[in-house]
Amino acid sequence: MSKQAQQALQIAGKTYQSRLIIGSGKYKDFQENLKALEMSGAEIITVAIRRVNLGQNSDEPSLLEVISPDKYTILPNTAGCYSADEAVRTCRMARELLDGHKLVKLEVLGDQKTLYPNVTETLAAAETLVKDGFDVMVYTSDDPLIAKRLEEIGCVAVMPLGAPIGSGLGIRNPHNIRLILENAAVPIIVDAGVGTASDASIAMELGCDGVLMNTAIAEAKDPVMMASAMKKAVESGREAFLAGRMPRRLYASASSPVDGTFF
Amino acid sequence: MHIAINGTQHEVDTGSNLQDLLNSLALAKGRIAVELNGEIVSRSTFPQLILNNGDNLEIVQAIGGG
Repeated sequence: MSKQAQQALQIAGKTYQSRLIIGSGKYKDFQENLKALEMSGAEIITVAIRRVNLGQNSDEPSLLEVISPDKYTILPNTAGCYSADEAVRTCRMARELLDGHKLVKLEVLGDQKTLYPNVTETLAAAETLVKDGFDVMVYTSDDPLIAKRLEEIGCVAVMPLGAPIGSGLGIRNPHNIRLILENAAVPIIVDAGVGTASDASIAMELGCDGVLMNTAIAEAKDPVMMASAMKKAVESGREAFLAGRMPRRLYASASSPVDGTFF
Repeated sequence: MHIAINGTQHEVDTGSNLQDLLNSLALAKGRIAVELNGEIVSRSTFPQLILNNGDNLEIVQAIGGG
């Protein structure tokens, strides 16, 4: 495989040089979001779909006027949906407002405190959306059976959580992520729970195809600097994975030769 | 006549079409999507869509999210 091919991420027939996907939530303002996006090198950014404020000042720019669908791949999410029906309606509205753009992030939540995915509703929503022609990148638990089932349904990427959304707890179960990777024929992108750069590197060192994060950057004390750190973390983790790490050993293995000491 | 827009009741002239309504709300130029009584309305049909008493409209946009 060429170096270029090894570095590029393929999702739904499109190639991306960056394996980092970021969000647009929780930023101080659109400008900070845009600067972080530029520093991160991300080409895909998630957005949420919500009611317009009637009587809002129409002179103020909207998010997509600052972060343009002409320059970035916009990934509408179904955040806040607790049923398959809500998620499907949200994706259809997103497709309409983005002029037929069919790439979506499906998430169906089960619980407000943990924001844990409701996998049964997620499976149902995925089936409907795939049949309706959407390219579904699906947020799910780290259950390897559910991950494989979502792939079989036709999702273009499967996105297991590292830890609960916004928790910053990192990759809590690397063993399950590895099991998912072993069985996967579509990109596996860790989505949720990344807190700092090493978390992103760990995901990539496991062999993940990408990492999606929002809070890790938006809630850093310096989001633009953290975006830069995350760009490097994802790149270095990927390179370490491709380089093939040394084995872990129970005991030491000297790095300097034993022979020829002069005492 | 009364219609609901994004969960609140509004008074609208009888016979109004959706495009007129969006113009009056200064939403005509924005990137939005509309659901009428639970069904998505394609943008190309906004001018032809006549609103009726008791209609339920949802008008959405893209905002920041993770």
